[in-house]
Amino acid sequence: MLEVLIQLLPSVLLEGLILGFVYAMIALGYTMVYGVLELINFAHSEIFMSGAVAGAETFILLKAAVPNPFILLALAILIGGAVAAIVAILVERLAYRPLRRRGTTNRLVPLITAIGASFFLQDLVRLIEGLWHNAFYRRYPSFEVFEATYTLPNLLGSVIILLTLWIVFWVLAYFAYWIYRAATGTKGVSRRASRGLWIASLVLTLLVAVIDRGTVFGDLGLTIQMKSILVVVISFAMLYGLNWLVHKTKLGIAIRAVAQDAQTASLMGIDPDVIITYTFLIGGFLGGVAGVLFGLLYTLVHPYVGFIPGIKAFTAAVLGGIGNITGAALGGLVLGMLEMLGGTYLTFLTNGAMGTEYKDILAFAILIFILLFRPQGIMGEQVGEKV
Amino acid sequence: MKKLLQNSAFLSLLIALSAIIFGYWLLQNPRSTLAFLLTLGALLAAFMLDIPRWLKVLVGGAILLLVVPMAGFKNSFLFELGVQTGIYAAMALGLNVVVGLAGLLDLGYAAFFAVGAYTWAIFGSKQANQFMPWHIFPLPGAYFYLFMLVAVVMAALTGVVIGSPALRLRGDYLAIVTLGLGEMVRVLANNLDHPVNLTNGPQGITPIQRPPIDWFIGLFDRFGIHMSRAEAYPLFFYFLVLVIIGIVTLVNIRLDRSRFGRAWIAIREDEVAARAMGIPLLPTKLLAFATGASFSGAMGALFAAKQLYVSPESFTLIQSIMILVMVILGGMGSIPGAILGAATVTILNVDLLKTASDYLNDLRNAGFVLDLGIFKYNFANLPNQLEPAKYERMVFGLIMILMMIYRPEGIIPERRHLAEMKEKA
Amino acid sequence: MKKALWLAVLALGALAFAQGKVIKIATVSPLSGEQAALGEMIKLGAQLAIEEAQADFEKMGFKLELAPQDDQANPDVGVAVARRLVTDPEIVAIVGHLNTGVAIPSSEVYKDYQLPMVSPANTGPAVTDRCYLDIDRLVGRDDVQGPAGATFAVKTLGAKRIFIVHDKTTYGQGIAEQFRKRALELGAQVVGFTGTEEKSNFQALILQMKAKRPDFVYFGGIYNQGAVLLKQMRERGIKATFMGPDGLDSSKFVEIAGQAAKGAYYTTVAGPIDQYPKAKAMAEKFEKKFGKAPESFAIYGYDSANVIIKALKNFVSYAHRAPTRAELSMLIRQTTLEGVTGHVAFDYKGDRKEADYFVVHLEEAKYPGKVVKVISFPAPATPCKAIK
Repeated sequence: MLEVLIQLLPSVLLEGLILGFVYAMIALGYTMVYGVLELINFAHSEIFMSGAVAGAETFILLKAAVPNPFILLALAILIGGAVAAIVAILVERLAYRPLRRRGTTNRLVPLITAIGASFFLQDLVRLIEGLWHNAFYRRYPSFEVFEATYTLPNLLGSVIILLTLWIVFWVLAYFAYWIYRAATGTKGVSRRASRGLWIASLVLTLLVAVIDRGTVFGDLGLTIQMKSILVVVISFAMLYGLNWLVHKTKLGIAIRAVAQDAQTASLMGIDPDVIITYTFLIGGFLGGVAGVLFGLLYTLVHPYVGFIPGIKAFTAAVLGGIGNITGAALGGLVLGMLEMLGGTYLTFLTNGAMGTEYKDILAFAILIFILLFRPQGIMGEQVGEKV
Repeated sequence: MKKLLQNSAFLSLLIALSAIIFGYWLLQNPRSTLAFLLTLGALLAAFMLDIPRWLKVLVGGAILLLVVPMAGFKNSFLFELGVQTGIYAAMALGLNVVVGLAGLLDLGYAAFFAVGAYTWAIFGSKQANQFMPWHIFPLPGAYFYLFMLVAVVMAALTGVVIGSPALRLRGDYLAIVTLGLGEMVRVLANNLDHPVNLTNGPQGITPIQRPPIDWFIGLFDRFGIHMSRAEAYPLFFYFLVLVIIGIVTLVNIRLDRSRFGRAWIAIREDEVAARAMGIPLLPTKLLAFATGASFSGAMGALFAAKQLYVSPESFTLIQSIMILVMVILGGMGSIPGAILGAATVTILNVDLLKTASDYLNDLRNAGFVLDLGIFKYNFANLPNQLEPAKYERMVFGLIMILMMIYRPEGIIPERRHLAEMKEKA
Repeated sequence: MKKALWLAVLALGALAFAQGKVIKIATVSPLSGEQAALGEMIKLGAQLAIEEAQADFEKMGFKLELAPQDDQANPDVGVAVARRLVTDPEIVAIVGHLNTGVAIPSSEVYKDYQLPMVSPANTGPAVTDRCYLDIDRLVGRDDVQGPAGATFAVKTLGAKRIFIVHDKTTYGQGIAEQFRKRALELGAQVVGFTGTEEKSNFQALILQMKAKRPDFVYFGGIYNQGAVLLKQMRERGIKATFMGPDGLDSSKFVEIAGQAAKGAYYTTVAGPIDQYPKAKAMAEKFEKKFGKAPESFAIYGYDSANVIIKALKNFVSYAHRAPTRAELSMLIRQTTLEGVTGHVAFDYKGDRKEADYFVVHLEEAKYPGKVVKVISFPAPATPCKAIK
């Protein structure tokens, strides 16, 4: 039982990481719009979806004309991202801007509009697809190059196992010690005790490694597919690019200025409307690319595919601290891994009583937990509510 | 002309006449959608316009208690429509307490509907035998009324359980969290078929017991109207729903004017100020949440009995959104608005969109050719994805966007809300 | 221009209202969504039968029409459609549904209004085990199909460690349980039994498989899930033999799974068209009219509609009026037909007296596969019972 859990650990974490990169890219869209407008852009999940569908159409239409799958993928990413960006800007122009112009103080009004836009877009895409193909489920074609599977060295898996065990043991030990201290009436953990816990958990990890060396250093069957590698590489490049854009360019500075204080920024000669459009464009493009990568990974896309990843990405954004770009990326990765861990291990831990179907609940539970106990997220700073 | 329209006597005459004409037309053509809509239009006009109260009651009573039931005998779809409208109206009134009065955006409202529906579905079918001893299930139909009360309590409890963490959060976070919790209830309903089979999972529960109606059939027998069971049930549910709507509306009006109602509105207007005035925030919000939930729970039990079938699919996000659209359309905080919104959306969704689909289908099957001289179109080429009935999300989305942009206060605005929505920053 | 518009409106109105005595047969099956490929076949099969019979009914003074309905493979939608259908007096009978899980709650509504339903595709035992007078079916049952599949898997293919996945619908879970029961009886080991509603991402499930190392995977469900599962299994290097029930019986299965479909098995109650000698003429007609070959349930949709039509014809030519729904229900139960799927006759529960079951092997990734085993089996005489 424990052996199975340990053996699966590297595969599970790897799958989670790949999924996490997709979440991270969607989460950025939520976080950027929230940072600038303080609006939960509920329609972002549909922006992601339109990118995924546009990508599928590109793949299907150009499959015969463009024989090289890598060029095809690049085209799909460009077109998917562009379509999503256009949809994002249109939503902003047609649904959100009129509300800003009117200057509604009620916070619920923009949110309700966003939900409306989300539902409208779902069926709009369905209508277009339906009229076009007489079916609204689209599948990404498969290419042998993308499906090629590579076996990763067992040593990598072993290292992942050991690191994870160490972290898990440390967290458990820390909690146990903290509770013990709280029970005996003192609070906090001293630096010396903390170091002791580090070492103790390391020893424990090594002990497990020695006792269960057959599993830990055995054949772990850790494989990765070409398309997963592509997803990781592309999303990493995108995240890095965004980081550069936000921190090193004039546009990035302007975006951050508007996020901090739109009124003051406009006094400095920045047109908030232009910046908001740019924000939607960037967030939309990232969401669209995430859609294409999602489709590449999981093949099936349809007009309602955005809802669940959207909610999860929002959870990731909150997890990382909404409004915080690095936080959103990190939140996505953490959420992806947690989800995959929960989805796989729940069955083993409950002996089949609860299965993978609870993995969606897990994301919601994390969302509620974070909002209640640490609303600023992992990376966010404490912000007082504006009155 | 304008003066004439302001004359109460003339208006009264006009409404009475149109009610009679349209009502008669509906009785002659019970399957005509147009006649049905016009009859309802007369009802709405009677309610909205400035005419004597006795006439309002007379027109309303005649249409709801005489015309619709009599037409319904020839076309039982009218009952189906009436019952669904009633169920949604009661739920819209419940959500109105939460969203309209207390200003808490609840996107998981269908969860309480689910709790109510499953409460009766589990015990009113053989399902409960799966996890309870004695093998006495299904309970006899007469227990239905008791379980409606149980459903109210269960839904209110769920409201408290869901609300106590969620209501600590600020407006937009609350919306997302309620959405998540609502989905959680659905996922649980979907998966609690193992290890213990509580809900039978996605396969749902069927058949479900209905309240006994022999007395009801007997009652009509005395007046010389003989009905079979299949005919009597729709009529029975129709009257039951009318009674419930009456009760729910009364409760709503009383609540609106009570201490709690004013506290809710105070919270909606300004949370900080309300707290400064000594209103305990969380308990007051929880009360609103539980009250709204209990309405939904009662209707859930009724839905289970009416539908004979309950599955998690009936309680998806789109249901919650649909009820929200009703409240938004009618006007947040407005009681007649919620009822009107519910009627509009239900009739649109259950009847009009489907009728349009059927009509297009007929044209397609018949290969009808529309010839306008320069423009020729053969309906046989109409893509069969073009079915209005399948685009309810689009319709709801459009209603939400347009209402928020052009008329956020709704069709029949509540007076205080109107002022707030029009307020400039 | 304006005048033309008015004329058009009038014509539209006239078309809808000015029809004499209309008799409608409704098909209810998924026409949109992922299972549309199977649902469409039911509709087209019934459409062909109805169009062939229209002339005869015209002579008797009736207009026979098809009313195709979409249940979206969703029980909730199915019940809503049923509630609408029963209030339309022109509709006299139903051909449907595709999914057992949709058929059961919907037929509770039909039963209330005594509206006859003839099922061309529902294999779940509970459909007829409730012994409703108004519900008949033309296809075999899962309490034969599942065990037949299990026997083939264990005896012929030598499966030892079986991992069973189902889609959590009445149909998928039902047949998976039947399969498991027989497989255990035959001495195979069932290393996993799990339900999932997932449609695109099966990674978590596949990781479980990796841990359990099965040599045989059975999927109880429909092709839209099964094909994706199979494809992802193969991508992740799980080489176990794959098998499923009649839900996989569609060209879409091969289309989605691609090369992964090679070597897979499925059992079905509606064999490939070349298994039915009488269906040849019908298949040609079908292909000419709709531009595609009839698959899986198309011939069963055709025969289902023909049973109804035969009963209707008998009644109308004798009584010179349209039958009430109750009359038609009684009549259908007693009707026998030499259909394209063979001799059709119903037993006291509404099951077909003798139904065929096939085991099909996809030797190449091409539909339809090769039939490796055919059995004819009478409907099991299970007692009437309400569902649990």
